[in-house]
Amino acid sequence: MQYAAPQTVEAAIDLLTSHEGAHVLAGGTDLLVQLRSDRVAPEVIVDIKRIDGMKSIRDDSGGFRIGAAVSAAEITEHAGLGAAWPGLVEAAGLIGSTQVQGRATIVGNLCNASPAADTTPALIAAGARIVISGPTGTREIPAEEMTTGPGRTTLAKGELVEAVRLPTRAARSGDAYLRFIPRTEMDIAVVGAGVSLSFDDAGMCQAARVALGAVAPKAVLVADAAAALIGTAIDDAALEQLAQACAAACNPIDDKRGTIEFRTQVAGVLAKRAAVAAKERAFAAQK
Amino acid sequence: MALDDKHGVQTRDFKIVGTRPVRPDGLEKVTGKARFGADMALPGMLIGMILRSPHAHAHIRSIDASKALALPGVKAVVTATDFQDPGDGLRDILENCMAGEKALYDGHAVAAVAAINRSVAKRALALIDVDYEALPHVTDVDAAMRPGAPALHEDAADESVPDGWSKNVVRRYEFGHGDVDAGFAAADEVVERSFRTEAAHQGYIEPHACVASFGGDGQADLWCCTQGQYMVRATCAGIMGIEVAQLRVTASEIGGGFGGKTTVFIEPVALALSRKAGKPVKIVMSREEVFRATGPTSSSSIDVKVGMTKDGRITAGSAELRYQGGAWPGSPVEFGAMSSFAAYDLENVKTVGWDVVTNRPKQAAYRAPGAPMAAFAVESCVDELCKTLGLDPLDVRLKNASRDGSKASYGPTFDKIGLTATLATAKTHPHLSAPLGPNQGRGVACGFWFNFGGDTCVSMNIGSDGTVSVIEGNPDIGGSRAAMSQMAAEELGIPFEKVRTVIADTSSLGYNEVTDGSRVTFAVGLATIKAARDAIEKMCARAAALWGIPAEAVVWEDGCAKPAGPNAGEHEPMTLAEIAAVASETGGPIAGHYEVNADGAGVSFATHVCDVEVDPETGATKVLRYTVFQDAGKAVHPAYVEGQFQGGAVQGIGWALNEEYIYGEDGRLQNPGFLDYRIPVASDLPMIDAVIVEVPNPGHPYGVRGVGETSIVPPLAAVANAVSAACGVRMTELPMSPPKLLKAMSQKTA
Repeated sequence: MQYAAPQTVEAAIDLLTSHEGAHVLAGGTDLLVQLRSDRVAPEVIVDIKRIDGMKSIRDDSGGFRIGAAVSAAEITEHAGLGAAWPGLVEAAGLIGSTQVQGRATIVGNLCNASPAADTTPALIAAGARIVISGPTGTREIPAEEMTTGPGRTTLAKGELVEAVRLPTRAARSGDAYLRFIPRTEMDIAVVGAGVSLSFDDAGMCQAARVALGAVAPKAVLVADAAAALIGTAIDDAALEQLAQACAAACNPIDDKRGTIEFRTQVAGVLAKRAAVAAKERAFAAQK
Repeated sequence: MALDDKHGVQTRDFKIVGTRPVRPDGLEKVTGKARFGADMALPGMLIGMILRSPHAHAHIRSIDASKALALPGVKAVVTATDFQDPGDGLRDILENCMAGEKALYDGHAVAAVAAINRSVAKRALALIDVDYEALPHVTDVDAAMRPGAPALHEDAADESVPDGWSKNVVRRYEFGHGDVDAGFAAADEVVERSFRTEAAHQGYIEPHACVASFGGDGQADLWCCTQGQYMVRATCAGIMGIEVAQLRVTASEIGGGFGGKTTVFIEPVALALSRKAGKPVKIVMSREEVFRATGPTSSSSIDVKVGMTKDGRITAGSAELRYQGGAWPGSPVEFGAMSSFAAYDLENVKTVGWDVVTNRPKQAAYRAPGAPMAAFAVESCVDELCKTLGLDPLDVRLKNASRDGSKASYGPTFDKIGLTATLATAKTHPHLSAPLGPNQGRGVACGFWFNFGGDTCVSMNIGSDGTVSVIEGNPDIGGSRAAMSQMAAEELGIPFEKVRTVIADTSSLGYNEVTDGSRVTFAVGLATIKAARDAIEKMCARAAALWGIPAEAVVWEDGCAKPAGPNAGEHEPMTLAEIAAVASETGGPIAGHYEVNADGAGVSFATHVCDVEVDPETGATKVLRYTVFQDAGKAVHPAYVEGQFQGGAVQGIGWALNEEYIYGEDGRLQNPGFLDYRIPVASDLPMIDAVIVEVPNPGHPYGVRGVGETSIVPPLAAVANAVSAACGVRMTELPMSPPKLLKAMSQKTA
């Protein structure tokens, strides 16, 4: 097994293209666990942390561009991100533990393609776009198109994610991410719900995105759930419709972490609570 | 347990016992210098690894290790054929360490390799070819008992088992007295319920680790993390067919055991590899191996019936307990049956215990083995009766509590016990009157543990500068070095700092039973005090010789030898240091010694109170407040005692709420790691309040009772009673994980 730390995206792409078993290393919090448990045996490990731009959070025409090797801790400590996207930041703050967050990246979280990844529903709800570079150039896709199932992404051979782009935040907007775990930390989401909302002057919801994690083979954007909120003041009736739309979007499995019944029921509960929190943040930010 | 008249409690003002000195092992541990099992290394050492069965139950047709042995760097492979039959007492232990004709559970060791490093050893394991014939398996206790269930063994049952059961039912136990039918007939209210608990692992942070060195001269050395180096010596010497004196076992520092390190798993394998390879061999288990192949406690299925009069008098209690103990006989169901109703003074009581084998790892002791699940079942029924009859749960327990002179449900008559003292203390505690909010509930439960004594040996050397070395033979698992130093200092009348207690290897001190049964502070403490008295007698004699008076005319007070009275003459008292300084001239080194099979351990009772809040939409339980009231007899080091109370409560809370062994249809363990085997993390818990009650144990010179185990007995019931109160549904299955709880609440409203 070889370790390489290229200085440019092009060099990284070359390594990923020319080796069959090449694996990208950012924080390594998934990769190292997989290595030790013999789940992967890469020929080359391509460390992207020395590539310019991979470790920075930059202004992006009023939005943000987060480099692929930016750690969860750097995100949770970033004041601008905390003000604009508190839901994404709280998702980053839920990964593993404090120590793990010092290494783990949200792009790694996305590319590991676990259905239970905490930051993925938050990214989808935020309308994040993923910047991908590869042998044929650079492309951009919405976060919800990144994964296709457990452990599987739409990345082609030789491609890697360079950055995540978050759009400009409208006034009276807020987001939230909530997950259910049987204990209070050091756990994996049994259900995750990310909600992002924008309101008009009259206090009516004019834009909404709702995403669920751990209830299907991949994190899902639930259009019907968003539709249930748009044009409402997030009242009880809207929340009830939201919960029903979320339950309908669930396609979970029974496993050691939760039953189908439980996941389906709790998805609606969490989505409701996340929507209420997102609304509170939208108006708290206003003051 | 019987009162040991030889001792008797002294009423005295303690100077050191009851204080909280800094733990003598603390600095080494927090700075990473303490040497645990995996920290030992020897020159030329090989790394051993174990190949484990992927089947829950399978015939091993053949094992071909030729490819592994051909791999450069591989020095030895062992299988069951490398061991002789060690006879009845040790056969099951050996078979658990290395499978014979059958693999009996997922993770059962089938072969082991020693190689120059871990990476070669890992590749070698993959090259060992095992031809398995998979067999039907059973992991559930009730399913395993049914006639026609897949049988693990042909003849493991003894004569206690009546006809009509499967071959997996291996023992039956019965305890009780009176006439339960008459008792139930006299009741105004009878509750009868069935309960289930899942297997819980001890969850010690340190995986099993050892280094074995088997010399060509037949002498062997073994370093390992264990709760009892003498147990390891006896077991391994028996399995290896050598004499105990030829095997020296040294216990490392220990990163938790909770009963799980009272047997061997890897030590005989490391010794066999070392003997074959001619080099030292180190084996360190992975966390996955710890979960799959070391002993959790039993899972259980329990039926309980309790009758009560309208005014709260329990007229009868009966219980039928079924525990699976993994692939061999030995589940702690006997302790479960004995302890079920120990907290109650009953005229009519009967318990029956069934020991059942299943395709799971061989259970190992876990803190008060067998008692927590029994208490869960009985205390849930008592709680339900209190609710139905509108009675206060503490008043009902006080009314029925076992007290001094009560005939215990398992036979003996209790001596001086502290159950009512814990109940009375609880009753006046602010916790009981604190208000509860919506979706919150409070649960109360009592618990009991026998406490053990047993074979114990302590030596004590008086240093020429007046310092003292205490040598004990039990690994320090809960602060015993501090406790022994305190008791030695107390008895000798010298400062705590002048005493250092060390743990001996098996060749340096007489036999000591394994650290179990909460025995160490009691039994080793007793021996330490007696060894100090032995040294004091010798020091008095030395002073007497210097003064030219009879030894009987010298007494020991405040750390000094003094003339007993005016008739003994005028002599300046001599301190321990002064006597020690001239020891060479008065007869040579001074040492104290004591050996005993200690009885009079003194049972311990506790009352726990728990407040929880249950999220009605997710089934998540938050423990809001938790208070432990337990009888410690005499708390030698109160901070350690509180730690034991808190630790037991926390482990019980985990067992009640989230911890469980999850098996798939294929009989394989699905959650062999701390991610999905959910012990509570710090943020899951409130600070556990620990209230020490002291009802001196007549069997110990200072009144000490063991405190390590009782604390895990009430929590399962206390939490279940609180959760049941909070959500309005009686929860009878553990763990009360969120999916289970949410479903129960949905069914209630439906």
